[in-house]
Amino acid sequence: MNTAWAGRFARILAPILMGALFVVAWDGIVNYFEIKPYILPSPLLVVKALETSGGSLLVSLWYTLKVTAVALVSATVIGAAIAVLFSLSRILEISLYPYAIALQVTPIISIAPLIIIWANDAYLAVLICAWIVAFFPIIANTTLGLKSADRNLVALFRLYGASRWQILAYLQVPTALPSFLTGVRISGGLALIGAVVAEFVAGTGGTETGLAYRILEAGYRLETARMFAALLLLSLAGITIYFSLDGISRWLLSRWHESALPPEE
Amino acid sequence: MRATPHPMVATGRSLISLTGIRKVFRNGTVALDGVDLEVKRGAFLSILGPSGCGKSTLLRIIAGLTPVTAGAMESAEELEGSIGFVFQEPTLMPWANVWENVYLPLRLAHRARGDVAERIATAIREVGLEGFEGAFPRELSGGMKMRVSIARALVTDPVLLLLDEPFAALDEITRFKLNEDILRLWQQRHWTVIFVTHSVFESAFLSSEIVVMGPRPGRVVSEVPDDLPYPRGPQLRTAPEYAEFCRGLSRRLLEATT
Repeated sequence: MNTAWAGRFARILAPILMGALFVVAWDGIVNYFEIKPYILPSPLLVVKALETSGGSLLVSLWYTLKVTAVALVSATVIGAAIAVLFSLSRILEISLYPYAIALQVTPIISIAPLIIIWANDAYLAVLICAWIVAFFPIIANTTLGLKSADRNLVALFRLYGASRWQILAYLQVPTALPSFLTGVRISGGLALIGAVVAEFVAGTGGTETGLAYRILEAGYRLETARMFAALLLLSLAGITIYFSLDGISRWLLSRWHESALPPEE
Repeated sequence: MRATPHPMVATGRSLISLTGIRKVFRNGTVALDGVDLEVKRGAFLSILGPSGCGKSTLLRIIAGLTPVTAGAMESAEELEGSIGFVFQEPTLMPWANVWENVYLPLRLAHRARGDVAERIATAIREVGLEGFEGAFPRELSGGMKMRVSIARALVTDPVLLLLDEPFAALDEITRFKLNEDILRLWQQRHWTVIFVTHSVFESAFLSSEIVVMGPRPGRVVSEVPDDLPYPRGPQLRTAPEYAEFCRGLSRRLLEATT
């Protein structure tokens, strides 16, 4: 087996082995110290909880994922569009950017109650919260990227009589692509966090609820194993979002950007 | 082969004429002061000077990329939209392959890909990069990237080609090869070239005329016609008259800096 294969193998196998070790240790500790299941359930109990309430948890997961996806997509579209406007108009940028920062640095958990009062609909409120946290990394990174065009290339474009739109479309947008994609990757994780936080605050019951509310609910009832099951699904969702966005980013940059190149041999 | 100087040298009309050019940067640095320069059609004019003498700034002024503080520039009508520029770095778009990079000037002029495919193929062939059309800049060596940059400048068939120390970062063998290629292209295409360099040997090898500049503030110190015989090939580099000419040029450059 050559080293490249060994490296790839280790990359997949090592984390799996580490996880298995962790689960075994966890089980051992729970049994050895006879920890009560409502404090720390054994891994087996978590699996059982997944079995019994897996179906309804999946429905909740779907709800949370829907909110996350809609928030991420709209934050991406609107964030990128505003970044382009900023790059076209300096005055617009300097007058609006401080407010974008203000929106970002105010903890979402403290704005959430206000949004819930205004939105008058749990889904919409959660969506707005997720959108607010996902929005800033995209606008910040894209704005930076649009400004980073090579000075000499800009000069060359001007020398050949390029219009403002040509400079934007053929030079600034491709230059900004890597940092835009970094923004999207960060926002993917943040949108999920925003959705969960808002749901905690909203605390809605009923048929249409997300995973966050299921965690709260299980907590009230001291069904700790079910909390763990919901948490597991939530972190799996987060990991999936991260890796799919990472994959898309690598695919788009695969032939020219340093970040997407294979390691040197 | 021609044994006498290039027939176009000094026979052309004036293409650009600069009088009393002064350039002061925003931080107060006087980059150029009282620069007069006449560029004749068909000339290979080298601007030779040490770092910081404002020679690159002068080139950017000629290209219309930088405004002057004072002075006047007159340029022939045929120059309108017919200038090629090669920077010190290759300045390629990393996300585009060789073909797309060379296509850029024509794309900006709203020319369809199909209509100009022939011209692009010719430009790529002339710099010796056939077969690399699909390669991305990061896959090319420094010399090859520079060749792409030159192909991009010649694809529009410009009247005037501006070269800003294009070979300074390359190794000597690559530089010699590119020197010969540029000289050949200049003769074939009847270009006018303004070549900025700090290399005595490079300017002596390439030019029909050399302008020596001095620093603080940047100014023209002397103008030297380069009457070394054509054709100029590798054999010229070891010829005694080349060494003699370079010695004289070095002396002038030294005087300019002190």
